[in-house]
Amino acid sequence: MKGCAVMDKVKSLDDLRKMKAAMQNATELREKGQNIDKLIEVKVSMATCGIAAGARETMAAMMDEATKRGIKNIVFTQSGCMGYCHSEPTVTIVRPGEEPVTFGEVKGKRITEIFDSYILKGELVDGIIPLSSKSIHD
Amino acid sequence: MANVRMHVLVCGGTGCTSSRSLEIVDALRAEIKAQGLAEEVKVVIAGCFGFCEKGPIVKISPDNTFYVQVTPEDAKEIVAEHIVKGRKVSRLLYVDPKTTEHISDSKHMDFYKKQLRIALRNCGFLDPENIGEYIARDGYMALGKALFEMTPKEVVDEVKKSGLRGRGGGGFPTGLKWEIAASYKADQKYVICNADEGDPGAFMDRSVLEGDPHSIIEAMAICGYAIGASKGVVYIRAEYPLAVERLQKAIVAARETGLLGNNILGSDFSFDIDMYYGAGAFVCGEETALIRSLQSERGEPTSKPPFPAESGFWGKPSNVNNVETFANIPVIFLKGAEWFASIGTAKSKGTKVFALAGKVNNVGLVEVPMGTTLREVIFDIGGGIRNGKKFKAAQTGGPSGGCLTEKFLDTPIDYDNLIAAGSMMGSGGMIVLDEDDCMVNVAKFYLGFTVEESCGKCTPCRVGNKRMLEMLEKISEGKATEKDLGRLRELAGIIKDTSLCGLGQTAPNPVLSTLDNFYDEYLAHVRDKRCPAGKCKSLMQYVIDPAKCKGCTMCAKVCPAGAISGKVKEPHVINQDKCVKCGACFATCKFGAISKR
Repeated sequence: MKGCAVMDKVKSLDDLRKMKAAMQNATELREKGQNIDKLIEVKVSMATCGIAAGARETMAAMMDEATKRGIKNIVFTQSGCMGYCHSEPTVTIVRPGEEPVTFGEVKGKRITEIFDSYILKGELVDGIIPLSSKSIHD
Repeated sequence: MANVRMHVLVCGGTGCTSSRSLEIVDALRAEIKAQGLAEEVKVVIAGCFGFCEKGPIVKISPDNTFYVQVTPEDAKEIVAEHIVKGRKVSRLLYVDPKTTEHISDSKHMDFYKKQLRIALRNCGFLDPENIGEYIARDGYMALGKALFEMTPKEVVDEVKKSGLRGRGGGGFPTGLKWEIAASYKADQKYVICNADEGDPGAFMDRSVLEGDPHSIIEAMAICGYAIGASKGVVYIRAEYPLAVERLQKAIVAARETGLLGNNILGSDFSFDIDMYYGAGAFVCGEETALIRSLQSERGEPTSKPPFPAESGFWGKPSNVNNVETFANIPVIFLKGAEWFASIGTAKSKGTKVFALAGKVNNVGLVEVPMGTTLREVIFDIGGGIRNGKKFKAAQTGGPSGGCLTEKFLDTPIDYDNLIAAGSMMGSGGMIVLDEDDCMVNVAKFYLGFTVEESCGKCTPCRVGNKRMLEMLEKISEGKATEKDLGRLRELAGIIKDTSLCGLGQTAPNPVLSTLDNFYDEYLAHVRDKRCPAGKCKSLMQYVIDPAKCKGCTMCAKVCPAGAISGKVKEPHVINQDKCVKCGACFATCKFGAISKR
């Protein structure tokens, strides 16, 4: 992204605002990283089995979905192997201030479902993997 | 464009670059490409993160993972583990020295916890060579606000209201400086940026220019609008090649984008910036000497008045501010003068960047609100003294400043408190000294610097400082008497009173401050002919403890002067007349039998 080399001239304050809007995605990820606690964090599990089961495609599809719906307060990160090999690709969603919820077999239609209910409204959908384990961070 | 899901920021400051950070960038890019992730993951060369102690730094967004001391060889693992599989490479994470816990988010590191970054806000966050990233982060919006919503007078008033004071050392109120420059009528005025950072150990201006050059361009344009100047000049040290290159590129990008040049953003205001290179004379940081140097004259100060605000560059009204001062300006307009004035102490507003160096665990660039204590800077952010030694003093203000001792550890740092404590803010160099540092030696170091850098115009500075340095040498050689200490103080007073510019007026400060705070140490040198820290070679002896010496002959073998004698398996002795005090024996002895005295 060599945005600066081909940049148009800004001839007014309005132009500058437009350029700011156009360039927003250049640094958006970093801004989001700084406020990650206040955003919906979608962690896609991307260990070998997850990737084999299509986690990469799931992440791309979920990012597209967020862009399509114009959802701004969301950030996509990845996590390692969760151990739920039976349900890959798995996605853990953390809504700000809430407990993380993990969804299994997230692909295709499930993605729109999760967006419609959990991401937008906080309503649970089928296919949640109950977290029965504790980690040393709990 | 595909969905970029991850940014990998690599420090591209001078420090990390010299530790091969650009090779890390190449290695990361190659590996990311090899993994087929070039569309998803972007590698960005960013400005200085400040934590130079642990450089090179690599930060991954949005999960905020902060890798330290990364080498190009680590790139493969970072890509394979973190970027492909989402597993953090824990061996590259910062380890908290107290808890030995691995910390991945810089927000939780002691080094960053107490910092507030205003001047350094974009350093380590933006790609300094991409004007678009600066614009995305409200860049040039402050200029837009000034041009379209405020009159020049309102701009000056806003800066006055913010309480911002010059960050180059003097601490003169910036708004007042602008107001004075604005008050003179002339066909041409100049905005001058002083980027001739010269204090030993200070490198905040360099980091801002390297990491966020557009903030300086924007601030200079705002200043131009406020005082009625259409030309800006940056006087920058030629020894800062990376800063020169980044600023040059930024100026070209700003011109191409129409943010420098005629009728900026469609307004009546036109402004452009030229760069001038200094040859690295310390005195050229003084504004009148700087202006003479700009005019291709000898870098010597002139008497004030007239001040540059009335008659500066080519005799025209000129406003000179330092880099860090300018770096604060856009924020004042974006967040408001009141916000800025709410940070800091009664008479010192905002933050100050310190270049923390010396015997401290975390060396680096630190930006803290005014009013933070020395203890917080050195022990919390700086992580305390290296190797568990005892804190002795912090030298601030460079060759113009002085030493702050233990009793000032809890004094809130601001312009006035530092002066009251016998030092000064200066440009923000902070060198931490421990029990092994000899204060006579420290004074000698700084005075040696000013002797070298004196322009020679005024006799007290040219000759006086040299005589003082000779006296200090006499003291450290054990040839001085108590009378000399009195003479030293007297001469210091004369130099302060009779020099023309700041360099001469403040040159004796390191001597006076060490005399005031460490008189006992001076006395030990002149009366007992002893250097308590064991630093002054002439006053120091290496001796062998016969009880510990096993007679292994190792010391005699390494002694280059043949000063050590003794029979095998019998205690050896050092002939002090032959000893050259190189310390080779001290380093070789396995039994701890040799000590400094």
